Amino acid sequence: MDLYLLEAILNGIMLGGLLALLALGLNLIFGVIDVVWICYAELVMAGMYAIYWLHAVYAWPFLLACVVAIALVALFGLVLHRLIIEPILGSAPINQLLATGGMLFFLQSLATLLFGTDFRNVGIRLPIIELGDIDLSFARLLAFITALVGAAGLYLFLARTYLGTAIRAIAQDREIMGLMGVDQRRIYLITSAIGGGLAGLAACLLVLQYDVHPFIGLTFGPITFMICVLGGLGNMFGGVVAAFVMSQIISIVGYYFSVEISYVLAFVLFIVLILVRPRGILAR
Amino acid sequence: MTDMRMAAGVGLAVLIALPLLLPSYFLHIVIQVLLLGLIYTAWGFMGRFGLVSLGHGAFMGVGAYTSSLLWNLYGVTPWLGIPAGMALAVVLAMVIGYPCFHLRIVGHYFALVTLALGQVVALLIIAGRDITGGSLGMTPNAVGTSWIALQFQDRTQFYFVALALWLAVLGIRAWASRGMRRAALEAIGEDETAAEAAGINVLREKLRVFAISAAITAAGGSVFAQYIMYLNPETVSGVGISLQIVFAAIAGGMYSALGPTVGALLTLTLTESLRVLFGTSFIGAANTIYGILLILFIIFMPRGILGVVERLLELRPRPQAAPAE
Amino acid sequence: MLQVSGLSADYGSFRALFEVSLAVEAGETVAVIGPNGAGKTTLMRVISGMLPPHSGALAFEGRSLAGLAAHRIVELGIAHVPENRRLFPRLTVEENLRMGAYLPSARASFAERLGWAYEHFPRLRERRHQIAGTLSGGEQQMCAIARALMSKPRLLLLDEPSAGLAPLVVQQVFDLVRAIAEEGYTVLIVEQNVRQVLDLVDRAYLLEVGRIALAGSAGELKQSDVIRRSYLGL
Repeated sequence: MDLYLLEAILNGIMLGGLLALLALGLNLIFGVIDVVWICYAELVMAGMYAIYWLHAVYAWPFLLACVVAIALVALFGLVLHRLIIEPILGSAPINQLLATGGMLFFLQSLATLLFGTDFRNVGIRLPIIELGDIDLSFARLLAFITALVGAAGLYLFLARTYLGTAIRAIAQDREIMGLMGVDQRRIYLITSAIGGGLAGLAACLLVLQYDVHPFIGLTFGPITFMICVLGGLGNMFGGVVAAFVMSQIISIVGYYFSVEISYVLAFVLFIVLILVRPRGILAR
Repeated sequence: MTDMRMAAGVGLAVLIALPLLLPSYFLHIVIQVLLLGLIYTAWGFMGRFGLVSLGHGAFMGVGAYTSSLLWNLYGVTPWLGIPAGMALAVVLAMVIGYPCFHLRIVGHYFALVTLALGQVVALLIIAGRDITGGSLGMTPNAVGTSWIALQFQDRTQFYFVALALWLAVLGIRAWASRGMRRAALEAIGEDETAAEAAGINVLREKLRVFAISAAITAAGGSVFAQYIMYLNPETVSGVGISLQIVFAAIAGGMYSALGPTVGALLTLTLTESLRVLFGTSFIGAANTIYGILLILFIIFMPRGILGVVERLLELRPRPQAAPAE
Repeated sequence: MLQVSGLSADYGSFRALFEVSLAVEAGETVAVIGPNGAGKTTLMRVISGMLPPHSGALAFEGRSLAGLAAHRIVELGIAHVPENRRLFPRLTVEENLRMGAYLPSARASFAERLGWAYEHFPRLRERRHQIAGTLSGGEQQMCAIARALMSKPRLLLLDEPSAGLAPLVVQQVFDLVRAIAEEGYTVLIVEQNVRQVLDLVDRAYLLEVGRIALAGSAGELKQSDVIRRSYLGL
């Protein structure tokens, strides 16, 4: 086999880890509690900028910058829900999409205002692992492992804890949550914070491999939604599998053709996937 | 009713006289308001009934690039190029719309599909960089003033083209809003299953409105490209323009005829003022404000500015009719 | 135990309850009967906190329930089995029961409560890992009642438990309610099924078009002309 193709496949697997990590937070928000954060990728971008700012500009230790970034984005998720989603929770979900669309606009433009449109790099070079003639990115391996651990952790949390069960329940019947003694508002807020935190976590790993710029959300956002849908909304492990399928497609197609074509294919697949989803979950 | 007619008449007279009244720079803004306004209005055809599209940039791009490429590569006049773009846009709308509507994909899922569509078109334009110029964009070959090429050195002529188009779109909106058709779409927007049960051909109505919306948007995109004499995937088909369409239509008020145009006025004035006041050092400022405004509008003013104004006007006491003797 | 005085409430834009007053003493089983649209479900929802009242007083064990959110009212010891069961359709039977025990006080004794529930509802134990949405109507009703009892409430509100169930199943459900009442639970049950419920309860109220039309012991109501003619078809 062509060695470069093999490398593409392997790095595709590693990219899968990254995409899986990205999908975790969105799967929780969009897949489990059924709230639409179209600006999810921009939350990740915010995390990336936070790390860049703290580490590359203010020379904080990288790990500290990461922890702070995760906390910040978690807080942002909480605020996003409280101020924007909560007032419109009862109306059509399209409103959530539009309102968070406004947030998407806002975050992109704010980033442009604050940092300009150039690409910023955190300046960390993680080692490349060499397996014979093939180069593997250590950063991607790290992302891969984090994604698996994250998916497992989230799955256990949702399946085995009271809070997790409540989170799963709230999208199924919000109205009677109070009758279970559950403060539904708290559930949404906690879940939003966790979702934001997961976005921050993804940012930590993304920033090791990609330069951040205000429009980076546009490259990752739609793919992330697509992975959630493909893997089954709310299915953490499904999301991981879907991420790997998608990353392989992007990697291999990108290798043979061009980056743009690989994404075109990805988006076309997205459209096909939404069409193919079982009817019952659709017309709400 | 006669009040409305008189107001419309006066408005029309003012619009026609505008080139005489306004300096060239402002006329430039007005032309853009009209062209973008008609695109936003076309978006509103669908939006007001719950079919929110986040990918209308796709149709704009298809229209603009089709007519411009046909002109640049084959010397085909925009008078043919624009309809070609419209036809292509309609085909695209059907290809996406048919499976979506047949499978009852609505609301935010439909929005996500259109978002993906917008991305696909933008990426294809970039990928075809050998022909389209990719991200760097392209310019239609300039030939000075020519009706065949739909290019005019004098802004005034373009103004009337834009005005005519804008009025035509308003006319289409009025025609489409008449009686049964509008009632059918409203019913579909409220409860599809009930509408279907009442005998409304949901699929056909939705496809129809989608096609009309796509066609007009494509036409608007083409003419806009002709006017600005430059196109690139970001300005005529990216996510940015798609979201801007949505924002302007909602902010102005997509439930009223003039709402989206008011939205265009709002966004253009905002962008221009910011550019004049702060120069290019504040790129991104406009969108930051759009973002916040969109959020505020969705939460507090889902019917947009015009919606609020209309509601205020309705609250004015009506003059009492004289009692019959 | 439960004191409702002069309660008025709206359902959407119209008034559903007009100055309703009733009382439930500890250990009693009381029914509120009446036709469709009488306001019975609205009454339940106001008591459990799902719906805010327009005016009137609501007190539980001397404590006013005014302005309390539903999840606080559950903490006080009132459990509501809503109309149409309202199980979480994609959770399993056991997960639904777990939700019933969400309160910190209930969590502590979850294992014990679960054992109690499976003892009284053996069919649920068989189906403990089955997805709730796939249960039969009767099983769902059992599960919903069991879920409400997981928090060891002092007052159980049952909203139309017989709705949509076959007569034989209704009998089973009512037998269950009787067994629960005999264990000492206080039950307020709202029902359209007059005949069977009057055999179950100590006292009853007749609610018609938002007002209490009749009140008395079950025996008295069974003898009343109004009831016999309009609701028992005699």
